[in-house]
Amino acid sequence: MAEFNLPPNSRVKEGKTFRAPAGAKNIKVFKVYRYDPDSGENPRLDSYEIDLDNCGPMVLDALLKIKNEIDSTLTLRRSCREGICGSCSMNIDGLNTLACLKPIEDIKGDATVYPLPHMPVVKDLVPDLTVPYAQYASIEPWMQADTPAPGKGERLQSPEERAKLDGLWECILCFCCQTSCPSYWWNGDRYLGPAILLQASRWINDSRDEATGTRLDNLEDPFKLYRCHTIMNCTNTCPKGLNPAKAIADIKQKMIKRVL
Amino acid sequence: MSLRSPLGRVRGLGSAKEGVHHWWQQRVTAIALVPLVFWFVVSIIANVGSSYEHMHAWLSSPGNATLLILLLVAVFHHAQLGIQVVIEDYVHCAVMKPIAIIATKLLATAAGIYSVVCVLFVAIGG
Repeated sequence: MAEFNLPPNSRVKEGKTFRAPAGAKNIKVFKVYRYDPDSGENPRLDSYEIDLDNCGPMVLDALLKIKNEIDSTLTLRRSCREGICGSCSMNIDGLNTLACLKPIEDIKGDATVYPLPHMPVVKDLVPDLTVPYAQYASIEPWMQADTPAPGKGERLQSPEERAKLDGLWECILCFCCQTSCPSYWWNGDRYLGPAILLQASRWINDSRDEATGTRLDNLEDPFKLYRCHTIMNCTNTCPKGLNPAKAIADIKQKMIKRVL
Repeated sequence: MSLRSPLGRVRGLGSAKEGVHHWWQQRVTAIALVPLVFWFVVSIIANVGSSYEHMHAWLSSPGNATLLILLLVAVFHHAQLGIQVVIEDYVHCAVMKPIAIIATKLLATAAGIYSVVCVLFVAIGG
């Protein structure tokens, strides 16, 4: 059966508290998940009091302030700090999102920061994304065509054909949707998950791709595709405002289209 | 422990090339159940308090008997499709999962046939 309780060595304990400097007036508490596999200890929730008058506007600014000025042991992924690279995806205030796009002022009360849910944790806020990356590779995310490319120039698309990729190409593979999906939590080893299915849809809907049928063949599976029960957490959480649930519905429609 | 590559693990046994008919039948039975359940509830409410003979006559009409059989077939078919999905979602034991799915299908088939036979007995047999 699915496990609904964390194993004893994964239960989160109360951690340390780091006080704000004296004289700070605009204090917000950040409760951050900490886990160090080398210590052999349980994960803990450390509290950091941050002086918002002396901090950037986004959650990522606060996390980098912690790392730079308060506690350099905090580990997190980040790169572009503008919602393009998808590195700083984490669970903030109960919702998966990008730390660089999440304004601190949108969070009422203490700000809780956890890694993406239901993934093995490498350290602190860094999840192990090996399986989703392998799942991405499994859908062969590159253009496949038997017709040779034109001698000069690129393969052409009409503006209408190109428009079908809108809402799909913008995905940055941050896996916020993937790790928000209960179906992916329970069957992540076999269900491809919303991020990968949206990427599959991106290639299925590409007019230049000639492997549409093979792509659908490879997705037609009770687990790879049909674990999606339109729970819609994916669409709710996507920090880029995309709609993975719609992309999955589109794949299911195409499956029906070739039967009827 | 497994030293198999992540891609090898994820590809696993490959695509089952199946699932579209299960999904489609679940949708079609759901749509069929909307008017059938509406008809059934309205008919029962309209007959509240009526006598045994009256209900017997109601069920003996070919139209009512056909609609009731359609309802029963759709209900049991839809139910076993849905329970199969729940089992696939939550039961991960390699032994229990197929047993649970097979038991669900056999029970739904038996209960469905039994209820249809009952309707026919009442409608035709008197």
